[in-house]
Amino acid sequence: MQKQKQAEKKIILVGNPNVGKSVVFNTLTGSYTTVSNYPGTSVEVSRGHCQVGAEDYTVLDTPGMYSLLPITEEESVARRILLEESPHIVLHVVDARNLERMLPMTLQLIEAGLPVMLLVNIMDEAERINMQIDIALLKEKLQIPVVAGALGRAKRGLWELRDAIRDYQPCQATFAYASDLEKDIKAISTLMQGEYILDKRCLALLLLQRDEEIAQRVRDREDDRYASVESTVNDIVFARRVDLHLRISLERKRICKGLLDGVVTQQDEGRPVFAERFSRWTMNPWTGVPLLLLVLYFGLYQFVGGFGAGTIVDFLEGTIFEEYLNPWVIDLCERHIPWYWLNELLVGEYGLFTLGIRYAVAIILPIVGTFFIAFAIIEDSGYFPRLAMLVDRVFKKIGLNGRAVIPMVLGFGCDTMATVVTRTLESTRERIIATLLLALAIPCSAQMGVILGLLSGVPGALAVWLCTLVAIFLVVGLLATQIVPGERPMFYMEIPPMRLPQIQNVLVKTLTRMQWYFMEIFPLFMIASILLWAGKLTGAMAWLVDALNPVMRMLGLPMEASAAFILGFFRRDFGAAGLYDLQTEGLLDPVQLTVAAVTLTLFVPCVAQFLVMQKERGWKTSLMIFFIVTSLAFGVGWSLNRVLVMTGILS
Amino acid sequence: MNVSPKAEEILESLWIATEEKGENAAHFEILKIDQEDEALAELVGLAYVEVRGERVHLRKEGRNEARMTVRRHRLAERLMMDILDIKGVSGDERACEFEHLLHHGVDTKICTLLNHPTTCPHGKPIPPGTCCEQARQEGDVGVVALTELKAGERGEIAYLSATDAGKMQKLMSMGVLPGSDLEVTRTFPSYIFKVGHSEFAVDDELAREIFVRKV
Repeated sequence: MQKQKQAEKKIILVGNPNVGKSVVFNTLTGSYTTVSNYPGTSVEVSRGHCQVGAEDYTVLDTPGMYSLLPITEEESVARRILLEESPHIVLHVVDARNLERMLPMTLQLIEAGLPVMLLVNIMDEAERINMQIDIALLKEKLQIPVVAGALGRAKRGLWELRDAIRDYQPCQATFAYASDLEKDIKAISTLMQGEYILDKRCLALLLLQRDEEIAQRVRDREDDRYASVESTVNDIVFARRVDLHLRISLERKRICKGLLDGVVTQQDEGRPVFAERFSRWTMNPWTGVPLLLLVLYFGLYQFVGGFGAGTIVDFLEGTIFEEYLNPWVIDLCERHIPWYWLNELLVGEYGLFTLGIRYAVAIILPIVGTFFIAFAIIEDSGYFPRLAMLVDRVFKKIGLNGRAVIPMVLGFGCDTMATVVTRTLESTRERIIATLLLALAIPCSAQMGVILGLLSGVPGALAVWLCTLVAIFLVVGLLATQIVPGERPMFYMEIPPMRLPQIQNVLVKTLTRMQWYFMEIFPLFMIASILLWAGKLTGAMAWLVDALNPVMRMLGLPMEASAAFILGFFRRDFGAAGLYDLQTEGLLDPVQLTVAAVTLTLFVPCVAQFLVMQKERGWKTSLMIFFIVTSLAFGVGWSLNRVLVMTGILS
Repeated sequence: MNVSPKAEEILESLWIATEEKGENAAHFEILKIDQEDEALAELVGLAYVEVRGERVHLRKEGRNEARMTVRRHRLAERLMMDILDIKGVSGDERACEFEHLLHHGVDTKICTLLNHPTTCPHGKPIPPGTCCEQARQEGDVGVVALTELKAGERGEIAYLSATDAGKMQKLMSMGVLPGSDLEVTRTFPSYIFKVGHSEFAVDDELAREIFVRKV
């Protein structure tokens, strides 16, 4: 295995976000894709395989990066891959329309001595705006292989890309900066005598730009020679203190301008197309907010709530499990297993099959699956950056920036996964606030599915539930902003063009997310079933239920609701489903139902989310969040009950 | 005619209360003074303010002085932040001491040095002085922050003011570089601008750090 791995040549995809890297990745690797990591975090990396000619290649898709000098965690990861994976080809994917803007990174990659190949992607869009690119000339000037394509559209350019990969020969080109800068680069690079993966010119520039990680590597290699390197670097940095970064960027821009002279010809741009006008509507608050509501209504309410949680769940749960599978399995167990405890474990009230598998497969999977489809479509259309921009002002008030809208929306699918994704937020402060809000006020799709079904029968209950949650979300956010220490977040984001999502890409994303979900969550279902079963047999469950009874009384709820709350800790939706049973038995009046639904939604996150919280934020923060959320849930439940009973709303 | 620093503080709070918060007067408590306050007496003597009960009213005669005091304070803040790079509480404190020195044309010099800024680092407006008016009449826009552009206006990026090196680097590597042409397409709820064929969204804080030469 190890030997085969060594033999397989590596192709590493790099490039800015939104240049169609993942589409290139999926097209290249095709059905051989084995995504071993969860992609939503984007810090982790997908690997796949492809065969070109007689040769097998490993393909790596890195997180988006803007420059070889990393700023965010994702960029550091991407660069580490370049440094550590010893690539056969580094395939730099760029957007044809923004060639001038993205070429400086190609330059940096070449300068680093990496085996670069350039893929000028999204050619179709460039042609649409009357932009012509002379690929042959660009290739000649850059002295590296250059391929044009539009892989998102009918895989245009795929064969040229494969040919170029097959024929790839490493080659080296140098692009000169202004002579004073070159002199400084040389002063540093001649001092370094160790062996490096990256070219010394490139290292010199990174040292000048105060790259800590590179400095560490150079320190390790140079030992006692490092002192002189460091003092030279410090001298130059001081001499150029006014504008070093800017100077380097501008020099690169100048070189790129020269390279592109005669390569890119731009005629009059056509009239703004529908996509562009639509894009403007999404960013104008007057049209953007109604559009957002439409997206929420059709994407979440109708597709996930109606189709996923309604139609599919009814079919799987109501028909397949209740009518066919359950009776058959229960019958089978009862006939062949004489022991009561084992029967209970497998097919009892909290049985592995009757509760664990049935829930995981028949209820959760369709809801989460439809949610992930909707999420991937919205994600691929380029809507999220626009939404982020639209909500930035409001989010700033609650201590977050617009970027946080992505984990928040994902939270409506699965809070656990969203908690993992909060990693992409820039400051610890934002991560803590986002984690808290996710744990408290964002119901996951599974829970929401059940609660929407539960409340839709009672007029007004849904409105009360929604208003309470929105209010809590905002109030807690506002308070958290005051309390959690740290700097105010800043918001900047590239707005990619609106695009029609590619079916293949949407499916791959959905499948990998569902795979992740199933791997992480399914075992927890099983554990939850076992714990509940043990609790029931040993009487611990009854004891806990008794302990919760006074709390239920305070909330004005029947005793039977205790069980639902305890279940709720194992899965948020278990709890909601418990309420569902109570309601069908007619034990809850509208006020009780609403109070129970609100409290349960706010109540502690499920076990999985808590574990992820602990892993991402540490014990102190996660326990604090746990405590805050629990006390708020019951506090709000209690007050809501008082208010509803006193005002007579809903009764 | 200069008033004492303490009186300047009163004028300043009074201006903020009446002009920016929409009150018609300010209570002693807000101004942190009492009936016997010396500085207050000084202002009353100059007929800049009028005391009715426990509330202080800004009179027409005192408006200009108050306006200029606020202007000096906010210019001092800008100077601390943008040029001397002293931020946070210590920046605010230094600004408070510094503002009282900005008389006799020093404020004009600093205003010109800062290219007639319109807002303080906290986003509050800086009342324009005669130097600002003059510059405007001469059409000397100079270099302005991105926030000063309206939707549809174009400009050339002049420089990025570096308060946070990391974010500036990010902007640069995204292609937001001095010398590039830029077109603002939206200013609310965030600033959206186009460079080449790419669009970027930034909040007003960051937009204030991108300086543009209007075309």
